[in-house]
Amino acid sequence: MLLQVENIHKRYGTAEVLKGVSLNVVAGQSKVIMGPSGTGKSTLLRCINHLTPPDQGRVLVEGVEITSANLNKMREKLAFVFQDFNLFTHLRAVDNVAVGPRKIRGMNKVAARDLAMRELERVGMVERAEAYPAELSGGQQQRVSIARALAMEPKVILFDEPTSALDPELTGEVVAVMKQLASDGMTMLVVSHEIGFARQAADEIIFMDGGHILEQGPPEQLFASPQHERTRQFLSRIGEGGAGA
Amino acid sequence: MSEFLEFGAEHLPYILEGLPITLGLWALAMAIGALFGLLLAWARLYGNKLIYGAATAYVEIFRGTPMLVQMLFIYLGLPEIGIVFDPFTAAVIAIGLNTSAYQAEYFRGAIRSIPRGQLQAARAMGMSQFQGLRWIILPQALRRVIPQWSNEAILELKYTSIAYAIGVSELTARAEKIGYETFMFFEVFMLLALIYIVLTGTVAQILQFLEKRTAIPGL
Amino acid sequence: MIVEILITQMPYLLHGVWVALQLLVCLLALGFVLGLSLAILEVYGHWTLRWFGVLFERIFRGIPAIVLLLLFYYGVADFVDISAFTAAVLALGLRSAAYQSQIFRGSILSISQGQMLAARAMGMSKPMAIREIILPQALRLSIGPWTNEFSSEMKATSLAYVIGVVELTRQARYIISSTQGNILAVFAVVAALYFIFNWLGNWGLYRLERKLAVPGFEQGGQG
Ligand SMILES: Nc1ncnc2c1ncn2[C@@H]1O[C@H](COP(=O)(O)OP(=O)(O)OP(=O)(O)O)[C@@H](O)[C@H]1O
Ligand SMILES: [Mg+2]
Repeated sequence: MLLQVENIHKRYGTAEVLKGVSLNVVAGQSKVIMGPSGTGKSTLLRCINHLTPPDQGRVLVEGVEITSANLNKMREKLAFVFQDFNLFTHLRAVDNVAVGPRKIRGMNKVAARDLAMRELERVGMVERAEAYPAELSGGQQQRVSIARALAMEPKVILFDEPTSALDPELTGEVVAVMKQLASDGMTMLVVSHEIGFARQAADEIIFMDGGHILEQGPPEQLFASPQHERTRQFLSRIGEGGAGA
Repeated sequence: MSEFLEFGAEHLPYILEGLPITLGLWALAMAIGALFGLLLAWARLYGNKLIYGAATAYVEIFRGTPMLVQMLFIYLGLPEIGIVFDPFTAAVIAIGLNTSAYQAEYFRGAIRSIPRGQLQAARAMGMSQFQGLRWIILPQALRRVIPQWSNEAILELKYTSIAYAIGVSELTARAEKIGYETFMFFEVFMLLALIYIVLTGTVAQILQFLEKRTAIPGL
Repeated sequence: MIVEILITQMPYLLHGVWVALQLLVCLLALGFVLGLSLAILEVYGHWTLRWFGVLFERIFRGIPAIVLLLLFYYGVADFVDISAFTAAVLALGLRSAAYQSQIFRGSILSISQGQMLAARAMGMSKPMAIREIILPQALRLSIGPWTNEFSSEMKATSLAYVIGVVELTRQARYIISSTQGNILAVFAVVAALYFIFNWLGNWGLYRLERKLAVPGFEQGGQG
């Protein structure tokens, strides 16, 4: 098991946002988390790499538990792709990708740059390597941020709604990159309502509601015959299958 | 500590006799600065080439050189050509002319920040250009400039201490005099520092209060 | 006659400029190191540090530069031997730290939270994220307001005159005493020297800002 998430609890004030969430991801798998807004999907992803420390529960990568002592080492294995990209404003695209290998993994300048160019190639952004984030479209920024994640050579990439800040005509280029990664065997845990990606690239869909995992299963099964009424309602709202559609 | 309090109690009254002079310097200089600053702002915004050039040179020169040099120039230099001021007057003029250059820039910025439509609406009502500026633009600009103006006022309040260098008997000069009489320089200048902290803190509070009182929603 | 005096005295005036420059560099350096540290501690540190920073700023911004100079020279001399130059660096430098920390804190706080989040998510430690990601951005944003601080401290060096640092203004007084007159001419030249000094500094900082400019930082671009 590459990633084990065990019984995560998180509360903000009196509101319990995560009420004991557990899930596992095997190497090479892609899992997609769906669910209504405010249900705790982002909180779960942030708890997994401890950007938000969980109140209770454990996260293990390759059998090693994340603790405050090994936090930064473990985060190198868990890359994170943000909804709003968060590219480093003062760095060119290529330096955004190279900064991690260089400063965190201690690579020399030339090797880090070579690696960065290879990762930019993978996301189709080599031509804009010298551009600053402010000079790129949203879709391009998100592809660079995926390259930045890849350059850390992580075990798992966590995506938090990577396309929801994009204009509809720009989501395609990002989804295409993600599909390619999935078929290359990258291990991914993706919060997204992109049906195309879920259908074609996900090994499993996880449906969350109210701080719980309500149900999970392969996309064909979950989309065709959801077990719970909440799942059905949600799927019909986002325009996908289910008896309620 | 108790020694310091004793020292303070003994010499505070003498030092505080300089307070009216400090405040007088400050108030007169700020008033001159405001009037002259407005004039300069007007010259830089609406003046012809010559007026604009002169006002710009004035602002650049006064902002580009130290106030102390300006004060020495006025107090020590001008008598060479027959213009003699007593120290207090020289200090008021120097601080006033200096702050007018800064205030001019704040006024100019504030006037420029008022949307063009305001003046156009005034003209459309039949106001002259001058009336529009006087009754519509200026009142809005003055309210907008209050935060920066308050900041400038506090800075100038501290700068009045420079007048000590030409022998005005304000707070700092009086404190120094006590210093030479008692040779307790540390105590006396600590006391002076405390006086200024209280003074600038109080003035800042008052200005903030006035700022709130004159606030207009949406401006 | 006046011209002749000015020419023969020019080396003294230029030496005064040199002393003023040294004073300015030292006080700005002290203000920079201390101001930046204060800003970082205030933003990322424990609340006690924030409290200390606010107190430090209140105190050093509430006291006139002249009073600080007198306090650090005559006051401190009651306890330890201190040269007028050192006293001036300390007095003006600590005051500058109070102003600079405000500049840096403003810039740090204006950087989007996502930058820190993304850096931490990659596995950067907090100090590394501050050094590699936050500061390069914050310092760029600070150049504009820092230029004003430069200008204001450049003029403040003249105040060291009151404790006897032989900088430009004090040199002018010496020349006036030794040549018995020419006051207007000497002060006019001194004013011109300050003006040029200030102008060169502003020009250099503007060039620096241009050189380091990055798309997406336009809001800080004009200063
Ligand atoms: N820092 C915070 N402080 C307080 N409450 C928070 C915080 N972050 C999230 N919450 C609350 O936790 C709940 C879950 O938020 P979360 O962002 O995880 O939902 P989500 O499933 O990602 O929703 P969306 O689809 O809108 O992104 C929400 O009710 C939110 O208001
Ligand atoms: Mg979310």
